[in-house]
Amino acid sequence: MTAQVVTISSGKGGVGKTTAVANLAFALAADGAKVVCIDGDIGLRNLDVVMGLENRIVYDIVDVIEGRCKLRQAMIRDKHMPELYLVPAAQTRDKNAVSPSDMKRICDELRLSADFILIDSPAGIERGFRNAIAPADRVLVITNPEVSAVRDADRVIGILEAEEKHSPALIINRLNPDLVKQHDMLSAEDVLDLLGIQLIGIVPEDEAVIVGSNRGVPVSQDPKSRAGQAFRNIAHRLKGEEVPFMDLDKQSGLWDRLQKMTGRR
Amino acid sequence: MSWFRRKQSAESAKERLQLVLIHDRTDLSSEELNEMKDELLQVISRHVDIDREAVQIDLAHDGRTQRLVADIPLRSVTRRRAG
Repeated sequence: MTAQVVTISSGKGGVGKTTAVANLAFALAADGAKVVCIDGDIGLRNLDVVMGLENRIVYDIVDVIEGRCKLRQAMIRDKHMPELYLVPAAQTRDKNAVSPSDMKRICDELRLSADFILIDSPAGIERGFRNAIAPADRVLVITNPEVSAVRDADRVIGILEAEEKHSPALIINRLNPDLVKQHDMLSAEDVLDLLGIQLIGIVPEDEAVIVGSNRGVPVSQDPKSRAGQAFRNIAHRLKGEEVPFMDLDKQSGLWDRLQKMTGRR
Repeated sequence: MSWFRRKQSAESAKERLQLVLIHDRTDLSSEELNEMKDELLQVISRHVDIDREAVQIDLAHDGRTQRLVADIPLRSVTRRRAG
């Protein structure tokens, strides 16, 4: 077993990196893969709370690097999935406590015992981002169909190209098909045309995502959620399976449409 | 109120992004680009007669590759040669 190390990055904050990591991790683990998530956002720990594991943290990644514990001890096992683990970020340390070679060493140690290592990159293009991409076999760049997010994604893609990282793939998150239809939101085709990289998934805007993170149970576990379906599809594509892209136009059911017509939504 | 919408916003978003990304990627401001165009034309006109009014030099992108596309019509000299 040699794990694939996948880093999720965006440049801009708030576009859905942490949500994507949690959802992909749950989807992969639900399919039987052994998954280790690493929160790369030192000082702004977040993946633990989105995954619902905040009360179980004893050691963090800086404790591992500084030799206060073994890597094994910092790996928190998920409540529901026996093959899903989280290595939390340190909350009280500064970013310089971790270096790119530390990240490579930790991933190398995990590679033989996992199928996937998912790294949640911090926003920005500084040290934390460099740490997160250093061990990556693959980088997924996530963006929203919105000017600032697309511009920042382009910067990140430019850096990845300069570093000669295996060509990144794009996740377009929070696409609102109705706004696209009204020509008031960039379409997935627009974003792809602007950024010029391969697409790995389009995730529609979905209230269930917020409900999921409120509960600490990512939406990819909800069979009815469209966003959850989109994340499960991305997980399959990460495993090399071919999955057709969802038809986002079919999103609203009759009831939704009636509500819209009567102005209740 | 949406009946009175101006140009649709997705279109302006795309156009604005196209420009800004080209400048971000090439690290070339529009001023620098103009300066470069002038210098290019100077060099070329030293060797051939060009139609300055019809010149088009712009940055374009094709996937993630940027290119400088120049269309520089030359003035015909056949008549002079014939004479």
